[in-house]
Amino acid sequence: MPKDGGIGASSKRREDVRFLTGEGNYTDDINIRGQAHVFFLRSDVAHGALKGVDTSDAAGMPGVIRIFTGADFEAVGGMPCGWQVTDKHGQPMQEPRHPILAHEKVRHVGEPIAAVVAETLEQARDAAEAISVDIDELPAVVDMKAAVASDDVKVHDDLTSNLCYDWGFVEENKAATDAAFEKAAHVTTLELVNNRLVANPMEPRVAVGDYARGTDDHTLYTTSQNPHVIRLLMGAFVLGIPEHKLRVVAPDVGGGFGTKIFHYQEEAFVTFAAKACNRPVKWTSSRSEAFMSDAHGRDHVTKIELALDAQNNFTAVRTETFANMGAYLSTFAPSVPTWLHGTLMAGNYKTPLVYVNVKAVFTNTVPVDAYRGAGRPEATFQLERVIDKAARELNVDPVELRRQNFIREFPYATPVAVEYDTGDYDATMDKVLEISDREGFAARRAESEAKGKLRGFGINCFIEACGIAPSNLVGQLGARAGLYESATVRVNATGGLVVMTGSHSHGQGHETAFPQVVAEMIGIDESMIEVVHGDTATAPMGMGTYGSRSIAVGGSAMVRATEKIIAKAKKIASHLLEASEGDIELKDGAFSVAGTDKSVAWGDVTLAAYVPHNYPLEDIEPGLEETAFYDPSNFTYPAGAYSCEVEVDPATGEVTIERFASADDFGNVINPMIVEGQVHGGIAQGIGQALLENCAYDENGQLLSASYMDYTMPRADNLPPMDHYVVDHSCQTPCTHNPLGVKGCGEAGAIGSPPTVINAIIDALQSGGHKVDHIDMPATPSRVWSAIHG
Amino acid sequence: MYNFDVEMPGSVADAVSAMGREEAQALGGGQTLIPTLKQRLASPSVLVSLSKISEMKGVCTGEDGALCIGGATVHAAVAKDGFAGLAGLASRIGDPAVRARGTIGGSLANNDPSACYPAAALGCGATIVTNSREIAADDYFQGMFDTALEEGEIITEVRFPVPEVSRYEKFVQPASRFALVGVFVARFSEGVRVAVTGASEDGVFRWAEAEAALSQAFSENAVDGLSVPADGMISDLHGSAAYRAHLVGVMTKRAVANAA
Repeated sequence: MPKDGGIGASSKRREDVRFLTGEGNYTDDINIRGQAHVFFLRSDVAHGALKGVDTSDAAGMPGVIRIFTGADFEAVGGMPCGWQVTDKHGQPMQEPRHPILAHEKVRHVGEPIAAVVAETLEQARDAAEAISVDIDELPAVVDMKAAVASDDVKVHDDLTSNLCYDWGFVEENKAATDAAFEKAAHVTTLELVNNRLVANPMEPRVAVGDYARGTDDHTLYTTSQNPHVIRLLMGAFVLGIPEHKLRVVAPDVGGGFGTKIFHYQEEAFVTFAAKACNRPVKWTSSRSEAFMSDAHGRDHVTKIELALDAQNNFTAVRTETFANMGAYLSTFAPSVPTWLHGTLMAGNYKTPLVYVNVKAVFTNTVPVDAYRGAGRPEATFQLERVIDKAARELNVDPVELRRQNFIREFPYATPVAVEYDTGDYDATMDKVLEISDREGFAARRAESEAKGKLRGFGINCFIEACGIAPSNLVGQLGARAGLYESATVRVNATGGLVVMTGSHSHGQGHETAFPQVVAEMIGIDESMIEVVHGDTATAPMGMGTYGSRSIAVGGSAMVRATEKIIAKAKKIASHLLEASEGDIELKDGAFSVAGTDKSVAWGDVTLAAYVPHNYPLEDIEPGLEETAFYDPSNFTYPAGAYSCEVEVDPATGEVTIERFASADDFGNVINPMIVEGQVHGGIAQGIGQALLENCAYDENGQLLSASYMDYTMPRADNLPPMDHYVVDHSCQTPCTHNPLGVKGCGEAGAIGSPPTVINAIIDALQSGGHKVDHIDMPATPSRVWSAIHG
Repeated sequence: MYNFDVEMPGSVADAVSAMGREEAQALGGGQTLIPTLKQRLASPSVLVSLSKISEMKGVCTGEDGALCIGGATVHAAVAKDGFAGLAGLASRIGDPAVRARGTIGGSLANNDPSACYPAAALGCGATIVTNSREIAADDYFQGMFDTALEEGEIITEVRFPVPEVSRYEKFVQPASRFALVGVFVARFSEGVRVAVTGASEDGVFRWAEAEAALSQAFSENAVDGLSVPADGMISDLHGSAAYRAHLVGVMTKRAVANAA
């Protein structure tokens, strides 16, 4: 019997009422009286010396208020990087200055050179066309290996090379890992590319800066996943505005996928310009600008080796990865190929030795940072592809090879510095084999072959790490921020309550799921609870939403705050009931005295807290409002097994996904419907990466896939029919260290699915006698056809 | 977008007159032109909308049996009233919104190398009728985005000889879903015509070798062993010249197999 409320109920998403009726309040919906508009003139060359920016003609054009260039920001801080990685020699990474507007050099197509503030956007755009930019174009470096091999083209003249860092993990394991390869009975090697992606949230980025001269208050409205982080980074490191004079609001946000975590120049610009012009200043990204200014994702080139003994036990994994940073370090870019990637290279397997080398490289491309999964998809893709290749080389069942090497005892300390608290990888593997009907695959393959098609079955496991923590550990790893979360629970006099959370919802359904937890704890209806988020003026200092952390970290903070509320409410109830506090029980929204029929309703207690006529004023304060900060003791480790069936048309190379099944272990689940939606969406993005999406540059650093004419987004007809698009989360090993036993589900689909698809394609091609053991993503028809035809 | 004037003539004569204005640009359904204007890649001083000219809209059968389609007729109307191959083509252009606005005249005037309609017009040997003359399809298409149209000339009608059987097969470019390679095959009593779009750097073209073979025997097997040279084919992010050349053969066979 499904629950109709509380934890485990598929409560309908209350936020959808406003989203689906056009009543959402997105940043672009915010228009402030007197608002001016900014248009950014962006570089159309990838690399060049900026000799001059002549704004004299443009300055006098109709509607122009002021034109800014790099020189206007010399006294202002550059864009900060939030994570400092230490290289394998113990040295800090190379960290270039990242100006708000290009100064002296341009380093990627799309880098802003000048900003025109005008009465209207069209006037700003007209004036931008009248700006004369003198650039001496320089050769660009796009290929990572070339960027490292030679200093002929340096992205940053003041750095020693294009190498940001050369990271070894765990460096102390390197010799032992190498020795294990020497002794291996079999070694499988695979070189692969994890393709660069553009996040493409439905809502492009928008920023509106406002300044009140009378009070010296700044406000930034922005499309952010973490308004407090933006306030801290921009206020403290860029513009020098203290937090109490800077409010950052991220209202309804139409998807983030990671790319709205970061602090961007446009945010700092509108905040700065609002004061400089004494006018509200608005910027709305066009889709074309988004392609060349939103941080991109992935872009790794990797060689992975897997060593096995004579019994097919994994004995060691060794990788060498080149990770593209782009032209500058985006906010959390250095952490993605390192701590979010290397730490997952043990996967679901008891491989005793792992050594990961990552070379992060500057190139003349848009900065690269976290995108749904961030580092973990890259780790999973390598590992699960090389295991599949090993199974084929050894002629063993890929399922059995994985099972043989599964970790089965928890907690489990991996050789890459993390400890998995719980898991049951056999359970998710069993489940996915069941729901994918693997037994029926042979018959379906025969049907496909009768039509002249090839059919393949792909399978893989994955593990991810969510809710990155604790703060003291991540500080040691280079994070320049804490990774706790906060919540304030404010109970109103008549019993309704508001949860102010530092988490941010931009599609995740927090406004529905968070109240389910509080409703369950107190025993009241979900409709009595409201979630407020996205405004530094109302929510306590929080770190925002990314890395599937919201329910595990933000939800836990909310639980802690609610526990404090309940503890205080019990004291009030004990006074009202004239009973000992220890005898008070809370159930179904009423406080009762154990073993008696005496009780007092939730609403009577909350009323007493705010109308404290009959109240123990000498012992406790009036009011019922509590704040909690929660800093987890460990990551959470969602894991699962995914399977995919593809059909390949050998005549054209076209791949269609006929079936997809996922068996995830997310621990406890708050709202199954929302979880399933997250997984469906994540898998769709993973299929997008595997088959469709490719952010491509030419050798001159020109973006080839700069619009939807060339960048292929996944569409509904790229996905299997819903009855063969099965997502299961019934295997649950609750997290042992957070109060809800939850693990996080936002990224799983995007992490687990790309290798599944490629594994299936390879299976299909080999069934047709084609000796293809790898295809790089995206496996477009053209690439598949080329692979078939050598 | 830059500022421009808009004229909405109600007749071909008024449209021709409006097109005489300096830097005038005809506007069909706007499916290419409007995005171009939004990107500021074109700056006409006046747009002459053809969408209010009723004499340029609709599908009918002419005295010679040809299917006559007004230049301002939208794809959705052709999808409903065209013969099998043509209706099938029109029904797969873009999405419902594109088909509700985009027009046959606009598509043929633009002559995008990846557009679908040029394959049908050339594959059927259609006649492009303008405000001043009639142009045979074989003379009309002159390379990528290039046609026989003179400055200010408006396509008022397209006349398609109706084939016995026909079919358009399109392999889509994954992102834009324009034709990576599209092949229109039409069988007439006097022979078979095969027109290919999407593939060539010179725009739509006829595949003479396949036409000859299919005129002998209208079957998939007739195309076996035939191929177009990769030389001159488009090569880009979505497919090499060799891949496109290969797909011409595959799509031709499928068009023959599915012709109705």
